[in-house]
Amino acid sequence: MDVVMLSRLQFAAASMFHFLFVPLTLGLSVLTAIYETMYVRSGDKDYKRAAKFWGKLFLINFALGVVTGITLEFQFGTNWSAYSKYVGDIFGPLLAIEATLAFYLESTFIGVWIFTWDRVKPKTHALFIWLVAIASNISALWILIANGWMQRPVGYVLRNGRAELENFIAVITNKFGIYEFFHTVSGAYILGGFFVMGISAWHLLRRNEIRFFKKSFRLAATFTLIFALFEIFNGHLHGSEVAEAQPAKLAAMESLWVTEQSAPMYLFAIPDEENEKNSVELLPIPGMLSLLAHHSPDAVVKGLKEFPKEERPPVVLTFISFRIMVGLGFLFGLIAILAWIKRNRIENAQGLLKILVYMIPLPYIAIETGWMVAEVGRQPWIVYGLMKTRDAASVLTTSQVWISLTAFVVFYSFLGLIDFYLLAKYARKGPEAIK
Amino acid sequence: MLETIWFMLWGVLWAAYFMLDGFDLGIGTLMPFLARSDEDKRYMYNAMGPFWDGNEVWLITAGGATFAAFPTAYAIMFNGLYSALLLLLFSLIARGVTFEFRNKVEGDGWRSLWDIFHFLGSFLPALLLGVAFANIFAGIPIDKDGIFHGGLFTLLNPYGILGGILFVLMFLTHGALWLAVKTQGDLHARAIETAKKTWAAQVIVAVIFLGATWIKTDLFDNYFKYPYLIIIPLLGVGALIIMRTFIKSGTEVRAWITSSIHIVGVALFGVAGLYPRLLPSSMNPDYNVTIWNAASSQLTLKIMLGVALVMVPIVIAYQTWVYLFLGHKLSKNDLEYEEAY
Ligand code: HDD
Ligand code: HEM
Ligand code: HEM
Repeated sequence: MDVVMLSRLQFAAASMFHFLFVPLTLGLSVLTAIYETMYVRSGDKDYKRAAKFWGKLFLINFALGVVTGITLEFQFGTNWSAYSKYVGDIFGPLLAIEATLAFYLESTFIGVWIFTWDRVKPKTHALFIWLVAIASNISALWILIANGWMQRPVGYVLRNGRAELENFIAVITNKFGIYEFFHTVSGAYILGGFFVMGISAWHLLRRNEIRFFKKSFRLAATFTLIFALFEIFNGHLHGSEVAEAQPAKLAAMESLWVTEQSAPMYLFAIPDEENEKNSVELLPIPGMLSLLAHHSPDAVVKGLKEFPKEERPPVVLTFISFRIMVGLGFLFGLIAILAWIKRNRIENAQGLLKILVYMIPLPYIAIETGWMVAEVGRQPWIVYGLMKTRDAASVLTTSQVWISLTAFVVFYSFLGLIDFYLLAKYARKGPEAIK
Repeated sequence: MLETIWFMLWGVLWAAYFMLDGFDLGIGTLMPFLARSDEDKRYMYNAMGPFWDGNEVWLITAGGATFAAFPTAYAIMFNGLYSALLLLLFSLIARGVTFEFRNKVEGDGWRSLWDIFHFLGSFLPALLLGVAFANIFAGIPIDKDGIFHGGLFTLLNPYGILGGILFVLMFLTHGALWLAVKTQGDLHARAIETAKKTWAAQVIVAVIFLGATWIKTDLFDNYFKYPYLIIIPLLGVGALIIMRTFIKSGTEVRAWITSSIHIVGVALFGVAGLYPRLLPSSMNPDYNVTIWNAASSQLTLKIMLGVALVMVPIVIAYQTWVYLFLGHKLSKNDLEYEEAY
């Protein structure tokens, strides 16, 4: 394997690992803040316990979110230095703004929140966790604007042998980034919601702290429902944006080989990259793909064969990832509706409770496959239409990257397992009694 | 003009990182030597508790600002120093998780594991940052395309190592003083004693380092060219000397502040000497990476300056508030507090 391939693997490993923790940070910080606000408003001690209990899980998760983030910040320079040089004028500021606007706020007030439960008024204390939650979301916004620019570069000129900023407003209002923001953040809220519902369900099945977990559950059920429905809707809009900005990715997502008017969507298909066709296509919904991509059942959708072979993304991976994400998206909608309907008597819905425990890992899968669609589907480009991934890498030896890649995988797996163990341990333990 | 302003900001961000995270790294390095019991260790962890994460962000911003203002320098530096940077990164990761992990499971084995992580994750960054900066002061072997000709061991030359030792000692004193600020009783007394010893070692190494800098680098050229810059090293040296009286009189807050000034002085002394270079090439001065050939476009620099002028003062304001609000001495009560580390 060459340096480019190894660096891709390393980036994929590092970013996907970072994104095991990011969504729970985004989702659980907001939920914890809501619980604490409920406590401030109602004085109900159960909500204080909820803020502490979910907050503790949040913190265990947060620790790895932070340390894995630094890796990514460095990685553009260490492994993609040609990229950094070429687009740093636009991409660098976005990362730097993220740090000054979000990371300081997040990292400073998380410390304050941890250490001031008995030092400030409850209202002020709730403000601290809100600052953390807001900062996390601001950080998501800026990094996704950065990623959105790689997906759909705007507001730049090619000058002095690099891409230079020409219109900052165009960069930060890039539709693609905004869609990514809403889609990723509500995905994270879904994940947070199912996390809270799943752990509550586990305790409710054991008739443990019923009053407490019902309260946690009810709020999370409403929260999840809102975002699960919103996700399907904005995912669809996001798909149309992809159709417009990156037709090759869209074709790969649906494994559409030949340009078609009124293109159908096959509920089941198996792509055959070698022969540039699908070996199996079953259950077509006529005109559905055209409708989804271009808002009209008669629209023309470009097929993969329109693009030279070396400008097509890996079809199978993109296609399967997309299917998994969308399938899960509908499943989340369904389960969220059920959970919401039953939320007031949830302790009696044994079957649903059991399902909810097993739901916990699924949003993680949806989120990771979502990123696969976005990032693998963008290949061979690192910045769509502007720079190829193979031209972006640093000058390194393969052994350097082999060593670092191995070290990442080993070290991250070790820390990840420990974090998982601690999350499970404290999730099972349940909330502390209030003193 | 904008390039020069950004160069100064770049230096200030690094200096701020050294000044703030420096004491965390120092405390972490001191821990195995200074702590006599688990309780001592917990005091040390909690002395950094609410601050370390916010401190570390200065590093992220320093990196981010390098990327934004001088992307070519960011690319060359991070690519060239690949192995050293990844080692730094792994160390910081190792340290970062210990705060949250250490008290989550009962058991001596568990705790010692994270204590080892914490020590390595504090000592190695201190050393590596010193080695890296000393090498940059002296120039690194980069060719005209910015390609680095060397490896991890190229950096471990005597001058680089001297820089590493200087950083470790600076951070040890700085950490001991912060520990003194946050503790009382026996641990406090030992922290002060340690600061006295590391201070002496620091002075010796600083003198040698200055001499070596005179011989190995051309940092002093700028001080002849722009004599008023001499104020920076004078401030650094002055702070170092005054620090000693504060340590002796046991006014640890003042001692810590002078130590901060000293660290900022040392960092800015080097940075001012580099100007207008970001990465001098030891192969040929024509290959130097300077603020002129590495900078972003004027528009980017302008926008970033706007962001920095608005945001950095705000950040400084709330971080200062946190230090004032939570800088009190720790007591038994604080260790019994449920969420304490
Ligand atoms: C959609 C959200 C999102 C995405 C796509 C990324 N991150 Fe992230 N990142 C966060 C959302 C986030 C967060 C929620 O704000 C984190 C996660 C846990 C945390 O503590 O903050 C965070 C932490 C975090 C930190 C540590 C901040 C601190 O010390 O507080 C850094 C340096 C980065 N990230 C950098 C990156 C880079 C360079 C990315 C691109 C490749 C990236 N993140 C992708
Ligand atoms: C955190 C969520 C993310 C995940 C899970 C993710 C996933 C991936 C994956 C799987 C790859 C490898 C694709 C391939 O090589 O075929 C990749 C590559 C890459 N992504 Fe992301 N990505 C994430 C966020 C981002 C963001 C926010 C950015 C930029 C701001 C970004 C920039 C890149 C770059 C520079 C590469 C390297 C080029 C490449 O290998 O294609 N990624 N990412
Ligand atoms: C059910 C309907 C859904 C649709 C139609 C949909 C659509 C899409 C599309 C078109 C993309 C590719 C965007 C790109 O190329 O950049 C995408 C990416 C992504 N999806 Fe989904 N999605 C759905 C559900 C979900 C769910 C339930 C989650 C997570 C819980 C999720 C998480 C993600 C993530 C994290 C990304 C990558 C970031 C991004 O590009 O926004 N998606 N989705």
